[in-house]
Amino acid sequence: MSELASESSAQGARIGVVTFPGSLDDSDTARAVGLVDAEPVGLWHGDADLRGVDAVILPGGFSYGDYLRAGAIARFAPVMGEVVAAARRGMPVLGICNGFQVLCEAGLLPGALTRNESLHFVCRDEWLRVEHTATAWTSRFGDGAEILVPIKHMDGCYVADQSTVDELNGEGRVVFRYLDNPNGSRADIAGITDPTGRVVGLMPHPEHATDALTGPSDDGLGMFLSVLDHLVAA
Amino acid sequence: MARVVVDVMPKPEILDPQGQAVANALPRLGFTGVAEVRQGKRFELEVDDSVDDATLARIADGLLANPVIEQWTVRRVDA
Repeated sequence: MSELASESSAQGARIGVVTFPGSLDDSDTARAVGLVDAEPVGLWHGDADLRGVDAVILPGGFSYGDYLRAGAIARFAPVMGEVVAAARRGMPVLGICNGFQVLCEAGLLPGALTRNESLHFVCRDEWLRVEHTATAWTSRFGDGAEILVPIKHMDGCYVADQSTVDELNGEGRVVFRYLDNPNGSRADIAGITDPTGRVVGLMPHPEHATDALTGPSDDGLGMFLSVLDHLVAA
Repeated sequence: MARVVVDVMPKPEILDPQGQAVANALPRLGFTGVAEVRQGKRFELEVDDSVDDATLARIADGLLANPVIEQWTVRRVDA
């Protein structure tokens, strides 16, 4: 995908990456933003301020120690009030792993992430099928593309009531599906979007798949390039 | 002050692998006859008498439980 990286068209786009106490992947996420020639902007959980960014990413980790439930406390951080308001105004928001859990707890995405069915922490490279490319974060992928991205989580089992799962399937809002379900998620769901296609959450880590030197592929770059296209078009 | 107990349990339709693991361990320890185990959380709150039931419900529904996957009960107990 390196040839795509050189075509990124929204140089100067500013992408915020939130750091909560316990975030782990904020620096890898900021690095991935930089790899597509956008400017990563660090956002602090305690500041109700998005610093004028064009999009926001909630990274992986164990915010607030995942006490109570994964993402349950982070949802009340001062920065999250601004993220929710900006998302409602149309700002693209991506939640990766713990960020996905936070988006569900905050009500920006439906459902919840619960303990892996195996009760084991799962850390491995995982094949995903891209099922929805009309989102702000996946337009660079081909429909049905299969990508290889790492997962590493304890609470990745996506659950929602049957009517919500039916709605997600029926409206094409399942963005990524596991080819080999690692955690018991309903309908093999690895990632979903809100009805606008601008708020996306997924358990796998695209920011760890940006360079064949350090990850299984550079497939993850597609997500960061996609949002730049979206910002240029917007 | 009053003691309030909030019990949070996974909804019946939500898979509870932790409860299942406990249930599966019991026969290995020689305990038979336990058909099912569901695992939840219990919170004990010390609250001023001024905190009314509606407020306790908001605490349970808004933070202690995730109503997408869990159900809760609130009861006041003698401390």
